[in-house]
Amino acid sequence: MGRKLLLEKAHVPGIRNYDVYRREGGYAAVEKALKTMTPDEVTEQVKKSGLRGRGGAGFPTGMKWSFLAKPEGVPRYLVCNADESEPGTFKDRYLMEHIPHLLIEGLIVSSYALGSNRTFIYIRGEYAWIVDILEQAIAEAKQNGWLGKNILGTGFNCEIYVQRGAGAYICGEETALIESLEGKRGNPRIKPPFPAVKGLWDCPTVVNNVETLAAVVPIINLGGDEYAKIGVGKSTGTKLISACGNINKPGVYEIDMTISVEEFIYSDEYCGGIANGKRLKACIPGGSSVPILPANLLLKTAKGETRMMNYESLSDGGFQTGSMMGSGGFIVLDEDQCVVRHTLTLARFYRHESCGQCSPCREGTGWMEKILHNIEYGKGKMSDIDLLWDIQRKIEGNTICPLGDAAAWPVAAAIRHFRDEFEWHVLNRQECLTRNYGLANYATPLPITA
Amino acid sequence: MQFSEEKLAKVKEIIARYPEGKQKSALLPVLHLAQEEFGGWLSTEAMDYVASLLQLEPIEVYEVATFYSMYNLKPVGKYTFEVCQTGPCMLRGSDDIIEYIKQVLNINVGETTPDGMFTLKTVECLGACGYAPMMQMGKHYREHLTKQKVDEIIAECRRNAAAGN
Ligand SMILES: Cc1cc2nc3c(=O)[nH]c(=O)nc-3n(C[C@H](O)[C@H](O)[C@H](O)COP(=O)(O)O)c2cc1C
Ligand code: SF4
Ligand code: FES
Repeated sequence: MGRKLLLEKAHVPGIRNYDVYRREGGYAAVEKALKTMTPDEVTEQVKKSGLRGRGGAGFPTGMKWSFLAKPEGVPRYLVCNADESEPGTFKDRYLMEHIPHLLIEGLIVSSYALGSNRTFIYIRGEYAWIVDILEQAIAEAKQNGWLGKNILGTGFNCEIYVQRGAGAYICGEETALIESLEGKRGNPRIKPPFPAVKGLWDCPTVVNNVETLAAVVPIINLGGDEYAKIGVGKSTGTKLISACGNINKPGVYEIDMTISVEEFIYSDEYCGGIANGKRLKACIPGGSSVPILPANLLLKTAKGETRMMNYESLSDGGFQTGSMMGSGGFIVLDEDQCVVRHTLTLARFYRHESCGQCSPCREGTGWMEKILHNIEYGKGKMSDIDLLWDIQRKIEGNTICPLGDAAAWPVAAAIRHFRDEFEWHVLNRQECLTRNYGLANYATPLPITA
Repeated sequence: MQFSEEKLAKVKEIIARYPEGKQKSALLPVLHLAQEEFGGWLSTEAMDYVASLLQLEPIEVYEVATFYSMYNLKPVGKYTFEVCQTGPCMLRGSDDIIEYIKQVLNINVGETTPDGMFTLKTVECLGACGYAPMMQMGKHYREHLTKQKVDEIIAECRRNAAAGN
């Protein structure tokens, strides 16, 4: 059994309630931080822990916090990103549903470190019932003196509010989130200025993911150095992985980052193997935006090393032969699945979610969906495959926010690794309507057309 | 068109969360309240009312209401089935569930049954990929859908409607 830091207590009966959470040692991190540490000391521990943002980009959290501008007389804000809309990702929901006080505790400590007296949780609008769970937890924390004015007699004031979005993936991007929180359309801002300097209502702002902020609790309890000993290399601590697709046990698992991908998929402790006794075809290991990998490159890197469930190993080989940890949304495809169809659903998703500000993203996502639709429905041409490749290349790096890249990468990776399956659709226009291609030709990596 | 006293108190409480003069931030939450209060959708009249409450120009409200997919700009049925169709749900058979609902309700995606009871929509990933196939119905998710489960949900809705809930 791997070490658990976040979900260790998640299944204690009644843990959603304050009394049980407190009895199990909850709010010790707030006590320790507020009574024995300065805000900068808290940030220092987070730096030492090596914690990397769990929202997708993996940016070191302590470093992000130290960038926060602190001009005199200007409020600073901490915003918790609970927008969780990346296909394949449902870990933050799990944490908030099962152990909401862990997030609230992490938010109080983090607000103290950053000097945020008004902290917001921006949650996707569809998670309506979780808003009730969080508001209940906040009310309990306040009743018990962990929120409000002069917390624990330290002079630190803090309120936490939950703000519901209203259905827009783009509002997970931090500047779009800030716009949305200001009551506007979720159009990402051009950076710089970065939120650390000019964020919510033009004040210095830190935006962090739910899991990142929850991880601050064990970091304070254990100390940054102890936390950093868990895991391997720059992948410290534990990571929540939400596993879905054709596996026996879809769900949310907390892993310490020393296990192999193979163990994660096949062991009974985690995914429990491929459903219905099928074979593994492919997997998107870190949410829909990261490159899909065929089974052979998923279990072993191109160098033949065992692929591990951590930031470095998952991205080993770059985009040619590797992928990314991303948000930890682990999507498994069995041998019966069609990569073209799956990629089409993702292309439709990104077209639907593009905010429309940049033409490469707005137009490119529309074209990619149309072309993939044609190929999937037996109306594709060979030249369409190269056209798709061309379009995704023209989106990548040419947009205001990373949604453009996020839309381009899945298409690029699907063509890179499964070109034969695309070609089969074009060559077998009738047959592709009635059956799927099956297992791809993994053994020989296919050439990339320039 | 006017909120109940209770809702007006809620609006005040929401505005108080933000610093002085930043009441525009209340727009998304207040639009959710308006949609709940005024029959499940946002008419121009409802949006104008929200604008007046928050001292915004009506256009500021329209801009926002048209951007977010959860705001309905036309009337919907008493029960809306919002079925997820993104990759992870597709891998677990969401296509079949959507087809099945179309068949039993005899409507297409985006339509409402003639009795005004059910609306069918397809939506993109709702963060329930591990419990697929799934749909959202009002405030809650219905997960691990099967055809049988769909039948049960429809029957349950009809019972609730008949009982006047
Ligand atoms: C299109 C898009 C969607 C995103 N969605 C989310 C999201 O739902 N949740 C999240 O935490 N971060 C999301 N991010 C990343 C955020 O912009 C930001 O990097 C993150 O919240 C920072 O938190 P972290 O440092 O704790 O990871 C998204 C980014 C992009 C470009
Ligand atoms: S890349 Fe796409 S989503 Fe991002 S700002 Fe441009 S158009 Fe909007
Ligand atoms: S893909 Fe359907 S809930 Fe995520």
